[in-house]
Amino acid sequence: MAIDSLFKDEATEEKGERARMASFIGAMAIADVVKTTLGPKGMDKILQSAGRGHSVTVTNDGATILKSLHIDNPAAKVLVDISKVQDDEVGDGTTSVVVLAGELLREAEKLVSAKIHPMTIISGYRMAAECARDALLKRVMDNKEDAEKFKSDLMKIAMTTLSSKILSQDKEHFAQLSVEAVMRLKGSTNLESIQIIKKPGGSLRDSFLDEGFILDKKIGIGQPKRIENAKILVANTAMDTDKVKIYGARVRVDSMAKVAEIEEAEKEKMREKVKKIIAHGINCFVNRQLIYNFPEELFADSGILAIEHADFDGIERLGLVTGGEIASTFDNPESVKLGHCKLIEEIMIGEDKLIHFSGVEMGQACTIVLRGASFHVLDEAERSLHDALCVLSQTVVDSRVLLGGGWPEMVMAKEVDELARKTPGKKSHAIEAFSRSLQAIPTIIADNAGLDSADLIAQLRAEHHKEGSTAGIDVISGAVGDMEKLGISEAFKVKQAVLLSATEAAEMILRVDEIITCAPRRREDRM
Amino acid sequence: MALAFDEYGRPFIIIKEQEQKTRLRGLDAQKANISAGKAVARILRTSLGPKGMDKILQSADGDVTISNDGATILEQMDVGNQIAKLMVELSRSQDYEIGDGTTGVVVMAGALLEQSEKLLEHGIHPIRIAEGFEMASRIAVENLEHIAHKFEFDATNVEPLVQTCMTTLSSKIVNRCKHSLAEIAVKAVLAVADLERKDVNLDLIKVEGKVGGKLEDTELIYGIVVEKDMSHPQMPKRIENAKIAILTCPFEPPKPKTKHKVDIDTVEKFQTLRQQEQKYFDDMVQKCKDVGSTLVICQWGFDDEANHLLMHRNLPAVRWVGGVELELIAIATGGRIVPRFQELTPEKLGKAGLVREKSFGTTKDRMLYIEQCANSRAVTIFIRGGNKMIIEETKRSLHDALCVARNLIRNNSIVYGGGSAEISCSLAIEAAADGYPGVEQYAIRAFADALDSIPMALAENSGLQPIETLSAVKSQQIKENNPCCGIDCNDVGINDMREQNVFETLIGKQQQILLATQVVKMILKIDDVISPSDY
Repeated sequence: MAIDSLFKDEATEEKGERARMASFIGAMAIADVVKTTLGPKGMDKILQSAGRGHSVTVTNDGATILKSLHIDNPAAKVLVDISKVQDDEVGDGTTSVVVLAGELLREAEKLVSAKIHPMTIISGYRMAAECARDALLKRVMDNKEDAEKFKSDLMKIAMTTLSSKILSQDKEHFAQLSVEAVMRLKGSTNLESIQIIKKPGGSLRDSFLDEGFILDKKIGIGQPKRIENAKILVANTAMDTDKVKIYGARVRVDSMAKVAEIEEAEKEKMREKVKKIIAHGINCFVNRQLIYNFPEELFADSGILAIEHADFDGIERLGLVTGGEIASTFDNPESVKLGHCKLIEEIMIGEDKLIHFSGVEMGQACTIVLRGASFHVLDEAERSLHDALCVLSQTVVDSRVLLGGGWPEMVMAKEVDELARKTPGKKSHAIEAFSRSLQAIPTIIADNAGLDSADLIAQLRAEHHKEGSTAGIDVISGAVGDMEKLGISEAFKVKQAVLLSATEAAEMILRVDEIITCAPRRREDRM
Repeated sequence: MALAFDEYGRPFIIIKEQEQKTRLRGLDAQKANISAGKAVARILRTSLGPKGMDKILQSADGDVTISNDGATILEQMDVGNQIAKLMVELSRSQDYEIGDGTTGVVVMAGALLEQSEKLLEHGIHPIRIAEGFEMASRIAVENLEHIAHKFEFDATNVEPLVQTCMTTLSSKIVNRCKHSLAEIAVKAVLAVADLERKDVNLDLIKVEGKVGGKLEDTELIYGIVVEKDMSHPQMPKRIENAKIAILTCPFEPPKPKTKHKVDIDTVEKFQTLRQQEQKYFDDMVQKCKDVGSTLVICQWGFDDEANHLLMHRNLPAVRWVGGVELELIAIATGGRIVPRFQELTPEKLGKAGLVREKSFGTTKDRMLYIEQCANSRAVTIFIRGGNKMIIEETKRSLHDALCVARNLIRNNSIVYGGGSAEISCSLAIEAAADGYPGVEQYAIRAFADALDSIPMALAENSGLQPIETLSAVKSQQIKENNPCCGIDCNDVGINDMREQNVFETLIGKQQQILLATQVVKMILKIDDVISPSDY
């Protein structure tokens, strides 16, 4: 007796080999999508959204590409997920992690078809990953003690990260920018205090780091355009009509005269509030919410610069920069901490007027103004810069550094190969496969740069056979070069995260022998 | 045909609208049911044991779950068949009762069904089969008690507990760091356990997960972790010796339940109202300050003004904390949940040694840690991992481990794993079977065969020769009279489970056998399936 309806309609089940195939193919397809973006000579992708406007993004950031894809294959979703996590956690290496996981699965597929059980492959991969990590740990450099060297390390890392992005033309300039910005954070990883303002126009080279703070707002009419030794009150309060917050209150009047009286009282209330604010002895008032014409006029009268509708992040940053507290009540002027800065002035960038706070007390926050030919360029530049900033801020916390240009992969591959030779049993095949997958990364970098990868990798391997080699791929000259001299570095934390997440993801997909898909939810059901 | 005849020989219809119903009767119904049950068991069979495989489950909304936990797989499988649903229920009840062994129970039921199918073909009446199974299960449970070991541990020597939890975890994807996770689970359970009464309230253990980091970073926090941050960005991020006011009332003017209106018709009234309003906020903050609290945790939101006042008076506050978390905080800090400001007194404040905010990665996610609480009976396990699916799976695995540790504290008898308990029961039943006269004897033997299928599946999943291995282990058990011989899944070369430290709880195993037998009995007793036909 056959059972034809174990599952509900449209729910499907795939078993054994077929399930494994489906997940391998899905994962490899995803890896192939982002593969060509790897490395300094990687290509970009155009992403067109399906929504209204068909907005276009040009990017070479793995996480951004994968985030925008609509994927149905469950295994592919696992890969997208790890790239997202990589982005959140360390910021860079989003492409590498997907490519490495893809390569691991590609090798695993070959092993599975050679009749090696997935569990054996997994245990081999695990041993290999452990060994690879130890290999990296042995070769890691830590210059935390030496501030000068550490800074040059940061510079190198920033340049390496940026070299694969759109900013590679001006990578020195941007590396300088991002290192300075991150150094100001003094070890915190809160990137919110680095504000990035994008203004189209000019060229990428015109981008600059501003030590103060730039607020993308206009100064109210009739108010001073330039204030020296400003005392700033940062506030979050309603400056339209103050609502009565007691529940159930309503105004009921019986004559026009009364309406006028109430209105007058309301005005009086606002006037009092403004007076209280002024009583703080300030000459600049920044509010998160709107400031209506009436209070604005009052501020202008007493020569106070009033800035309205600075969004929440702006307010928080301003609080951070100027050292003032964000106030909502104004009854105790003596105890409210005011923010200070040397100079507030209106500046022009391109055609837009912005407010510039310079000479601030606390140097934690800063602003990077990006200039560029179009919004697409600016968006991509922002993403690239974000990557660099993330990596740098993580490196400040964990200062271990590795060389770049395929060097870490070759070091790991060598150690893993040695482990394979020592390991008895079928696991050694898996370990060997792991080493091949590691070598695939420099191969792809070379391929993307249009170089003869087979030749280069062979040379590189020979080079790495020597103890303490620092050889990697020099994409610019197209040959094997000394990474230490070329100043190509990568953060240890990024490489470690790539290695571990990719292995974990590959393991997860390998363990699967069955896919059960529920019937897709019908849209009508929700109505 | 549901046609019957009345006393005059006229036909009448018992079940209406026949064409809309499909109906299976007698042996056909039983066979259909059995094959449905077997199909479910077949899906789970490959997930059994330390080398079991995972399943990808894609939900109706396209979300992906990867799991090898029997209960989770079945729950998300979108099953339509009635008997298959019974099997899902079966694994769920094992999950509720014991927490572990959810896969094993379904595989066991599937094997029993397979055996009963053969017996049905011999023409044995289903009720007789059910009775035979019942007798056999009683023998098995007795035998389990016979071979069970008491197992000694106390608060200082937790290693045996850790070993048992490791057996549970070894079949999950987290087995890479099973030792540390098992340790975490055991410590967590011991922290909340009441060793006198032998009771553990698992609600006191909160399992939180956050994407990022490595599995090795998973930690046990003697306190509470809340996914919230301070209400005002400039409030202090670290408070020592905090006195916590736990409020369920918003920092807003009160909203009386009765309908009312405040009419404003003169300027004076307008002004008094305004002053009143300001006083409200002031009073509320003052009240909290007066009782000496240094941290306010509130279930509701604050008004901007209140927020600033709090910040201004150096009273850090957390808003929008969920009800469950609030309760946990109250338990952990020994405070009382206060519904009104008027009722706030110094005694009702909770105490914690350290409250700190911690940020993660490059995003602005922050978590609030409340540690060194007055009452350390509430703990949090904080899981880190490469991606969302790993974390979800770790949560499920840890839940199993926690349940196992709890069961051991309740009842410290164990049996050995790796299929050894099943083999031993199978031998015992086999030996006892000949003593039963009648048809039941066949059913009892079939039960013994069904028990063999669990070690068989284990061997199969571990890549061993199932029949060879099983018969070798079986003969070894008889020869050495050692009920601890099982399947050597990890290929270490010995199959004495005592040496491999593979344990399972006695009640878990007993429950597995009893539940599986019950469900099979239920399925066997069905001889008529009436279901609405597809339309």
